[in-house]
Amino acid sequence: MEDLSLHLLDIAMNSIRAGATAISLEIVEDREANLLTFAIRDNGCGMTEDQLSRLHDPFFTTRKTRRVGLGLPLLKQAAEQAGGGLTVTSAPGEGTTVEAQFGLDHIDRPPLGDVAATVWSLIVTNPRVEFEYRHARDDAAFEVKTAELKVKLATSSLGQPRLAKALKKYLADNEGRLAEAAAQ
Amino acid sequence: MKLEDLRKMVEGERPEEPAEGAARCTVVVGMGTCGIAAGAREVLAAIIDELEARGITDVIVTQCGCRGVCEREPLVMVTPRDGAEVVYADMTPERVREVVATHVVGGEAVEAYRLAEGS
Repeated sequence: MEDLSLHLLDIAMNSIRAGATAISLEIVEDREANLLTFAIRDNGCGMTEDQLSRLHDPFFTTRKTRRVGLGLPLLKQAAEQAGGGLTVTSAPGEGTTVEAQFGLDHIDRPPLGDVAATVWSLIVTNPRVEFEYRHARDDAAFEVKTAELKVKLATSSLGQPRLAKALKKYLADNEGRLAEAAAQ
Repeated sequence: MKLEDLRKMVEGERPEEPAEGAARCTVVVGMGTCGIAAGAREVLAAIIDELEARGITDVIVTQCGCRGVCEREPLVMVTPRDGAEVVYADMTPERVREVVATHVVGGEAVEAYRLAEGS
């Protein structure tokens, strides 16, 4: 994984495969504390204690198509190399929360990458999942909720190409503004 | 850009997804860890961009997990309403635009990018 936005997409895809109908993605960049934290919370099927205990073992997976599960181990490694760590909490039937923390100015912290593209990819390909996304940089923040968007745009799906294109602009524009605000 | 600006951009559109059975084609992008690391996100963006440019609204674009052919990711599966699934391997944004034009729109599979059986 080249950047954090791809990790975010990867972990959120786990939530989708866990049958989640609501997923929240949060990125917090706190310059004062020198921390970058991202959290993915879902209401999917969750994991048993046994599954949780084997989570960081790349040779453990519940899927049948291949015998390794690299997503979380790769994220854990990336977080630890950047002076942070990974916390996963889960309960069967209740959902899962994955939280990764990085030293914001750590030399080995992967760049954030194209977070707007990640959020967009999730929204347009999963019309039946409601997403909440929040990205905070110090005092500035950008927030989007698909349930709200659907009401405002009077549609049940944000995946139609015309709408998807407009949504892409909206996300990229607001992410760009957040970057500008932080640079000042 | 405000939410209201987004609303104005899509005003007059009827952006509902096609009813089940009404879509001419379903396009699935492999978005497991292997697909994502190989560039599936950009492939997906190219598919939707190409559909938008052509004004096509009756295609369902969705995602799936790992199909077990990780070394050939990004994979894209195209299933026309009346046809069998074709699996495309080693997709790039450029190649997938060709798949959209030739297969999704034109109805002819692109043999050159097809994942050969047993490979």
